[in-house]
Amino acid sequence: MTGMFPLTLNQVVVRRRGRLVIGPVDLTIGQGGPLIVMGPNGSGKTTLLRVMHGVERINAGSINWAREHPERHAFVFQSPIIMRRSVFENLAYPLRLLRRPKDEISDAVNHWITRIGLENRGTTSASRLSGGERQKLALARALIRKPDVLFLDEPCANLDGRATREIEALLQETAVTGTRVIMSTHDMGQARRLAQEIVFMLGGKVHETGDAQSAFANPKTAEFAAFQRGDIVT
Amino acid sequence: MRRFLLVFFVKKLNLYLSGSKGKCGTFMFELIEGLKAAFRLVITFDPELWEISLRSLRVTLTALLIASLIAMPLGTYLAVQRFRYRRFVIAIINALMGLPPVVVGLIVYILLSRSGPFGVFNLLFTPTAMIIAQVVIITPLIASIAHQAMRELWAEYHDLLISLNTTKAQRIRTLIWDGRRNLLTAALAGFGRAIGEVGAIMIVGGNIDNVTRVLTTAIALETGKGDFALALGLGFVLIGIAVVVNLAIHALSRTEREGRW
Repeated sequence: MTGMFPLTLNQVVVRRRGRLVIGPVDLTIGQGGPLIVMGPNGSGKTTLLRVMHGVERINAGSINWAREHPERHAFVFQSPIIMRRSVFENLAYPLRLLRRPKDEISDAVNHWITRIGLENRGTTSASRLSGGERQKLALARALIRKPDVLFLDEPCANLDGRATREIEALLQETAVTGTRVIMSTHDMGQARRLAQEIVFMLGGKVHETGDAQSAFANPKTAEFAAFQRGDIVT
Repeated sequence: MRRFLLVFFVKKLNLYLSGSKGKCGTFMFELIEGLKAAFRLVITFDPELWEISLRSLRVTLTALLIASLIAMPLGTYLAVQRFRYRRFVIAIINALMGLPPVVVGLIVYILLSRSGPFGVFNLLFTPTAMIIAQVVIITPLIASIAHQAMRELWAEYHDLLISLNTTKAQRIRTLIWDGRRNLLTAALAGFGRAIGEVGAIMIVGGNIDNVTRVLTTAIALETGKGDFALALGLGFVLIGIAVVVNLAIHALSRTEREGRW
């Protein structure tokens, strides 16, 4: 399962309409617990995750997985993309793409419906769910394929405290099962609760990486120290 | 100013009605007679009316099915796929929406006539020729509406479907299924255009009794003969069919919204 690591980014640069979005970025990610990508708005967190997941084109550099298997990583977007289908069909969709047997799909979907607390709502149109329920559904849909790596782009940005805690609990359970969670956030509290490793980004560049506890206790850069204090960093 | 215009309009209307009571009375008489004729034709199960109505439906629904099978995947493909002349193709499809049906009829006539390239198939003045003409008329309309709807859905689903590493075919299938309500609307627009079409099918069908006569061509014929009551009667039946189909599709859309299919 962990044969995909390390993930290596060499001198990766992304530009949009001539404007530098991230780069050059050099980063190596190995196995481990939740990795939290932090940084202020516009620092390039989302782009970095999208680049790693392969949904964003790079203009220079290279990205190498130890073993390339696009179906082995999943992505949860900041605004959950909910398909115009029922809750059941939303969850079944990734498995149908893999042409899994009907029984297996049904079992997996029912398991996840229970897990995210949407029992008896399998036939409900997913568009009728609340914001928190939608994000949990999007997370379950990403996890139903049992990915080795799960990317999350500020999944709790628009959620209240309760929904945020529920998502965090799911992520912690996921990390325990061996899925590498790589998540972006600018919420320091959430980062402290979840992170085992951190990547701090600023102005499209990686400013600090390493073990979360030591980074929080002894930041290597003045910018990360300022970000932790809640100061405005540019 | 607005008040002045309103008074002016009311005065003019009164003047018109008082001066043309005879014309207005004739019109109302014909309208009522038309309604009566329609009612009589329907409740007596008039065989000719049923035959014409069923032929109208058969021709239109067949054309709609064929046009939908071409236009919906085409509209979706144009939403999903980027290629060099994509914008040009979209512009052409949009332009073809305004094709004059008479011109389409003329072109199909030339193609299917004995001296034309498809003359060997002997299709002129058959329901098949009418279906071909209707397909040509409504395909761009359905493709254009489908493309608009699918473009919006693709913008919504883009990241998810790319993230799930889907193939082009899987993306198109997913968009068609999830956008089925919008596609139903596109089909409805195509149906409305096809069922009311008269120019092209008159040319390629010939309005032959018991063979190619449909509601619209029958209305044109009866109007020409001066039988306004029957023409109006047929017209009301045509409107009735359009309303019933619209209501059926509306009901289908509602059940879809409720997640029943």
